[in-house]
Amino acid sequence: MYSEKVMDHFMNPRNVGEMKDADGIGEVGNPTCGDLMKIFIKVKGNVITDIKFQTFGCGAAIATSSMVTELAKGKTLDDALKLTRKDVADELDGLPPIKMHCSNLAADALKAAIEDYRKKKT
Amino acid sequence: MPFLTTNYANPSSIYTEGREVRAAIDAARVQVASAINAKPEEITFTSGGTESDNLGIKGIALARKEKSGHIITTTVEHHAVTHTVDYLEEMGFDVSFLPVNKFGQVEMETLEKEIRKDTFLISAVYGNNEIGTIQDMKDIVRIAHKHDVLVHTDAVQAVAKIPIDVKDLGVDLLSLSGHKIYGPKGIGALYARKGLKLAPVQHGGGHERNLRSGTENVAGAIGLGKAMEIGKAGLGTDIPRVRAMRDKLIKGMLAEVEESYLNGHPEKRLPHNAHFRFSYIEGEALLLNLDMMGIIASTGSACSSKSLKASHVLLAIGLTPEQAHGSLRLTLGKGNTDEDIDTALEAVPKVVKKLRAMSPLGHKGGK
Repeated sequence: MYSEKVMDHFMNPRNVGEMKDADGIGEVGNPTCGDLMKIFIKVKGNVITDIKFQTFGCGAAIATSSMVTELAKGKTLDDALKLTRKDVADELDGLPPIKMHCSNLAADALKAAIEDYRKKKT
Repeated sequence: MPFLTTNYANPSSIYTEGREVRAAIDAARVQVASAINAKPEEITFTSGGTESDNLGIKGIALARKEKSGHIITTTVEHHAVTHTVDYLEEMGFDVSFLPVNKFGQVEMETLEKEIRKDTFLISAVYGNNEIGTIQDMKDIVRIAHKHDVLVHTDAVQAVAKIPIDVKDLGVDLLSLSGHKIYGPKGIGALYARKGLKLAPVQHGGGHERNLRSGTENVAGAIGLGKAMEIGKAGLGTDIPRVRAMRDKLIKGMLAEVEESYLNGHPEKRLPHNAHFRFSYIEGEALLLNLDMMGIIASTGSACSSKSLKASHVLLAIGLTPEQAHGSLRLTLGKGNTDEDIDTALEAVPKVVKKLRAMSPLGHKGGK
């Protein structure tokens, strides 16, 4: 049911872990099923220089988290904000339809992390 | 096999080949009946557990003159029962779903309180297909019969796992299935105590004493008969071995993984069932990892269900959706070995640790 890319990111997730000195933290959850995603970013001169994630959820939830960290790393905050759920799913060669909504929250978590960073700065 | 390859005769025909087929079905009926201490005429072959549940429950309900009355079932039933009583409710019957305790058992006080003057049937799963809990069936029957209420039990998971004697249990109707006991798929049976009046669900040529019309699944019936016979013999040989392996698995897992819990009853459970809950992680992720390691399991997590809802059984025993998330069912069979248990006891803690390291909730690393 999952693409090879999803399985790869799920079995060998990139950028996993907690970041103690994060500049921004975004946390989103799915109240129905209980999935939870947390993204930490380190920002230097408007660019995401480091990013980490923690996820409580299914295979798709873990794979989308891993993918979004890869996509966002090195991007400017404005470019990272443009990443959509669809971009993440497309980069993973698609997700099962049923998982598109419930487990594809990584882009939202990234947005929340950037907003948290901007709020802290002002 | 001859009934799939050379003898194509219809058991309802009176020529020699037809009579041979009839004799084979009759012999299978005797095998099924004697495995549960029933009489052959109390056994009706069906297409499986689901049809048996439908026939047992609808059969009793629709045989009533007044198409109304009260049915009691539990919150931990298989969908074959739940959706059947839902349907009867739409037709005008009243249905109550009895809550269960944290082990998944019906409590007799709750049951007795729920019985009304117009209650005519209680349907309760004997051995739960998810968490393995065995109901105190004799107590349920005792209370039901005290109030002139019939008892149906879905024993699909319990047959060939625990001894079943319908006369000793006292149940009026009991459903069983072939494929859960190493028999063929597409065959099952309903035990209905002699003297009970059931309405057929499937109408036609009057097969199975007019209870289940349709040309018999001959090869299936023979396979079920043999599976029941082997299954009953295995209660004294295979099952004690399976139970010992399962006990080792449960003991090992709870000792090895911190914040792990056993779902279902610690003692009153099917001998092949182990059902765990691990905090901070999700079942589908656990399953996929274990599958990569050659271990096949299942989970009641919402993430792995088509409806994206957590298992109704896990919610019924009081778990939150988040807790149901981290559930893992491991079932054993007679083909398993001690080495398999060791493999599972090595693999599961490893995967749990890996997933917990990724989880933003509570527990960090450790065991």
